[in-house]
Amino acid sequence: MKTDQVQEQIVEEFSQFDDWMERYELLIDMGRDMEQMDESLKRPDFVIEGCQSRVWLYPEFNEGRVIFTADSDALITRGIVSLLVRVLSGRTPDEITGTELWFIDKIGLRQNLSPTRSNGLLSMIKQMRLYAIAFKAKEGG
Amino acid sequence: MIDIEKIRTDFPILGERVYGKDLVYLDNGATTQKPKVVIDRMEEVFTRYNSNIHRGVHHLSDIASREYEQAREIVRGFINAGSTDEIIFNSGTTAGINNVACSFGERFVGRGDEIVISALEHHANIVPWQMLCERKGATLRVIPMSDDGELNIDHYKAILGKSTRLVAITHASNALGVVPPVKEIIAEARRLGIPVLVDGAQGVQHGVVDVRDLDCDFYVFSGHKVYGPTGIGVLYGKRELLDDMPPWQGGGDMVKSVTFEKTEYNDLPFKFEAGTTNYAGAIGLAAALEYIGAVGLEEIAAAEADLLSYATERLSAIKGVTIYGNSSCKISVISFLIDGVHQYDAGMVLDKMGVAVRTGTHCAQPVMERLGIDGTIRASFCFYNTRHEVDRLAEGIEKVIEMFR
Repeated sequence: MKTDQVQEQIVEEFSQFDDWMERYELLIDMGRDMEQMDESLKRPDFVIEGCQSRVWLYPEFNEGRVIFTADSDALITRGIVSLLVRVLSGRTPDEITGTELWFIDKIGLRQNLSPTRSNGLLSMIKQMRLYAIAFKAKEGG
Repeated sequence: MIDIEKIRTDFPILGERVYGKDLVYLDNGATTQKPKVVIDRMEEVFTRYNSNIHRGVHHLSDIASREYEQAREIVRGFINAGSTDEIIFNSGTTAGINNVACSFGERFVGRGDEIVISALEHHANIVPWQMLCERKGATLRVIPMSDDGELNIDHYKAILGKSTRLVAITHASNALGVVPPVKEIIAEARRLGIPVLVDGAQGVQHGVVDVRDLDCDFYVFSGHKVYGPTGIGVLYGKRELLDDMPPWQGGGDMVKSVTFEKTEYNDLPFKFEAGTTNYAGAIGLAAALEYIGAVGLEEIAAAEADLLSYATERLSAIKGVTIYGNSSCKISVISFLIDGVHQYDAGMVLDKMGVAVRTGTHCAQPVMERLGIDGTIRASFCFYNTRHEVDRLAEGIEKVIEMFR
């Protein structure tokens, strides 16, 4: 499935709710359902510090694709993290750097990615792209 | 007793609705809302007499300069300083502390000297001193605190000594609301001839501040936390000290004469007001101070004490809520956590219920580290808040618990 199709799917899932509380509940459920990150991977070199919440992001490169494992200490952040992983994990570096993440705006979570929020999410997206670029460079070299 | 219905109509923003709900603004520790009189005064500056102060020969500049100097007099009266020469306008508390750290520090702090702060400080009352210590080879000493945020005064007395050049202490903790025994701290330093700076960012808006009664050497605060505009602040300093301190920043208005060989600095307070100051902000701040003066500072303190005790009672009764900073002496701030719920999650859900609180470390990471937590939810009340709003917060917390349980 293309990244755009996954994004459309997410928008569809959220469109069933127009109440904020229900949307948050869905996000919380998604956060809960995401596979637990191995505690041993929650090392300082994989942490993205935010002033509000903390995100861990661990990349692996396998047969030309980047696999992301991620987590957060806050459940709502974790829910958004799970969505980002759903869209971008298992993709080629070019797909990762070339995907515009428009679904965040569509489902009304844009404020969570404002630089002032400092919850680690914006840095997480940057970091995902940086890992993709690094893996690609390594592969090319 | 204050007339709360009347008070609330004085603040236009309190009528706002967010996400279809009546706004419950409990983030007053971050910034307070502005009464109509302040907004009107600012508008008046820009629509009637905006002009650069102390410079123009024309009519408008005369009015603006007069209003600005009148604002200085109102600030002087508000904190009961001895002279307007001791009132310096700047951009806020942070600028005031940096001013003292740079100019007092430049003149009076050297290798092997010590600066004393407390475990309760906001980053703004930590970092400028660390930077000074680094520049000068001095050492930062910290008065430790208990689990409830109470400072260890015996320890304080023990670390004061011949090498101490300055004590910089918060008037009230922004993160926990705890009010340290500032008067006792000052008296102890005074005995040894050590100057004291009081960070009044969370102090000046909660009751009467009398700098001569406190006998502090410096008092700093921000306009926007005391119902005034943003970008304006005050540094009060005792004249003897300010006279002995070199200017912090160079520029226009802080000079008497300039040649390429030598510059003669202006007198106080202008020596510390380089460049065009935020005169509109100063005039707006004066309007805010007049406003709360008219409401009554003691009445404000009483109303806030009532909100604090009611909120403490309501929140303590909710199973799973832990309040941090259980001191008997507090401003109207409650810092708390909910068992098993991350503070960010709680803040996000409360927001959607129309309740504005702050979450995180509140620019006081050492406080959080000392308490072994990585942040709190902070509800900070002021006199325009109501018991009904406290109830809305409590209901919000119940909802959060239900969602994240």
